[in-house]
Amino acid sequence: MPLRLKDKRIMFSYISRRVAMMPLVMLGVTFLLFFLTQRLSPEMRASLYIHDPRQMSSLQEVIKEHGLNDPMMVQYGRWLGRIAHGDFGYSETANMPVTDAIKAYLPATIQLAVVSIILVVFFGVWFGIMSAMYKDKFLDNFLRLVSLGGFSLPIFVLGLLLLMIFYGKLGWFPPGAYSFSSDVIIHGPSFTNYTGLLLIDSLLNLKFYVFFDVLRHLILPAFTLCIGSFALMVRVMRSSMLEELGKDYVKSAYARGLSDFAVVYKHAGRNALIPIVTLASIQFIRLLGGTVIVEAVFDYPGIGRWGVQCAQQLDIAGVMGFSLMVAALFVVGNLVADLLYGVLDPRIRLK
Amino acid sequence: MYDKKIFKKILNNKNSLAGLLILLFFIFVALLAPILAPVKGNDAYKMPQAGYAVEPQAPSHANILGTTENQYDLYYGVVWGTRMAFKVGITVVFLALIIGILIGGAAGFLGGWIDEVLMRLTDVVFAVPSMVLAMVIAAMLGPDLKNMMIALTVVAWPSYARLIRGDVLSVKERNFVVAARALGAGRRRIFFRHILPNAIYPVIIVASLDIGYIVLTASSLSFLGLGSQLGTADWGQLVALSRNWILGTHADPFVYWYTIVVPGTALLLFVLAWNMLGDAFRDILDPRQH
Repeated sequence: MPLRLKDKRIMFSYISRRVAMMPLVMLGVTFLLFFLTQRLSPEMRASLYIHDPRQMSSLQEVIKEHGLNDPMMVQYGRWLGRIAHGDFGYSETANMPVTDAIKAYLPATIQLAVVSIILVVFFGVWFGIMSAMYKDKFLDNFLRLVSLGGFSLPIFVLGLLLLMIFYGKLGWFPPGAYSFSSDVIIHGPSFTNYTGLLLIDSLLNLKFYVFFDVLRHLILPAFTLCIGSFALMVRVMRSSMLEELGKDYVKSAYARGLSDFAVVYKHAGRNALIPIVTLASIQFIRLLGGTVIVEAVFDYPGIGRWGVQCAQQLDIAGVMGFSLMVAALFVVGNLVADLLYGVLDPRIRLK
Repeated sequence: MYDKKIFKKILNNKNSLAGLLILLFFIFVALLAPILAPVKGNDAYKMPQAGYAVEPQAPSHANILGTTENQYDLYYGVVWGTRMAFKVGITVVFLALIIGILIGGAAGFLGGWIDEVLMRLTDVVFAVPSMVLAMVIAAMLGPDLKNMMIALTVVAWPSYARLIRGDVLSVKERNFVVAARALGAGRRRIFFRHILPNAIYPVIIVASLDIGYIVLTASSLSFLGLGSQLGTADWGQLVALSRNWILGTHADPFVYWYTIVVPGTALLLFVLAWNMLGDAFRDILDPRQH
């Protein structure tokens, strides 16, 4: 059904409102975070204003120069000006400026999240369809139990158990991002850094050893990260599939003598995928947040592990840079997911 | 009448009945903690140490579930950790509910620019993944139990505020509210006597079912060292204490299995029980599923 002009206008005003709200929300986030830092001493906050660890020896000058004892709103305005220019200070945990740290750690996290979301969607859709086809049979009940368990398993407990079995006992999947022998190759002269994503870079450099080594290190964290989202994906796919299978066009497809396979995968399956696309985009963003614990458990050198270290060691510049970056990703991602929803399913545009 | 029907459905469903039974068991353990694991020092939540040796000790007669590193008794930790889980979960849900109800209620009832401002406030909290925000707040306030609960409350209230706002908006238009207003009731009276009692139940149910999730987040924070202090009877803390020992020895990789399995099982069952109950409630309350 084509959209009427009035509906289009509603849709447009909704989108423009959401987009216009975004900077306001981000401003709110900066204020919230800055407000939190005010509880700390000026000495601790000074790392927000330096670029070089050598400045740490003259903290009092930094405090004086940037007026860290001024009223909060004055400081906030000054700090906003700095971050607007992309200056987030120096992270002691990472031993480099915050922006460099983000550049260094983000690709590993994106790689982990992308691999995870691929696993989640593929297996989630597959098991969801199976679950719907064998509704209330053994397989369905079993998958229901697994997904309930997947929701409830604390990921740090799961991660440690997996390490215990697959690293301690079997020695298959070690923690970290790659082994020492790969490290030599990656930082060697013949390895060009194209994207920062090691899985892609290793292929482009034709270093297949590195590729499989990185993949081997990715398996446990990706699996651990998946498990909660996977459970949700199965449930949504199952109910969406059941809804489609009950519709008239499915009956008519059967009546025309089409095979089970054709009806399930070509007809009902395609329509049942609509909610999955948007769910996947929301889950992808959530995975980025979930990497915090997973990376800490598996000692995976991504943005999450860095964030945890910053929080543990109260590296204020790092904490602020980390949370602002995660928030920006989160806000943009949620907006994209919302818009996708409207584009894919016209029925929702009007609401 | 409505409540009885729900209760019957919960009892008739295998999953939710199992959840309820597990939960009753945990409540039992939490209530009887002083009898099950007698307190030795001044602070009941401080785990007693059997010596100061680093290596965990396997379950034995003296420590029936074994000890963690630095000889904290796992049995004591799990029993009092149950009480700790309820304490954290209930406190956080209660505080978040009050804040959520006041802010969401005010937004829905007063409307206009107040509504706009308050809802943008919830947007700001929603803009950061809750685990990350809780972590940052806990770190900046200084890692201890009280600050962890504050952090969890700050993260939790906005979803309750949004829920109650929606309910208040719909109740506000109902006839009995209009009638009360026509009879000359004051704004405060209308809100607290007429609107709130009719809008509050869904959010109370949703919030109490969140206890499992909140305990899970709390133990994640404790695991990362941003929650309770070392030696506190807390499941996340116990899991953190197992971290150095999961690889075991070369001869037997699983030799320290109990350090992770014991607290991990407690945490898993607790969260699972809440999720099973929550699942049943969602099925019952969602009319589309029938």
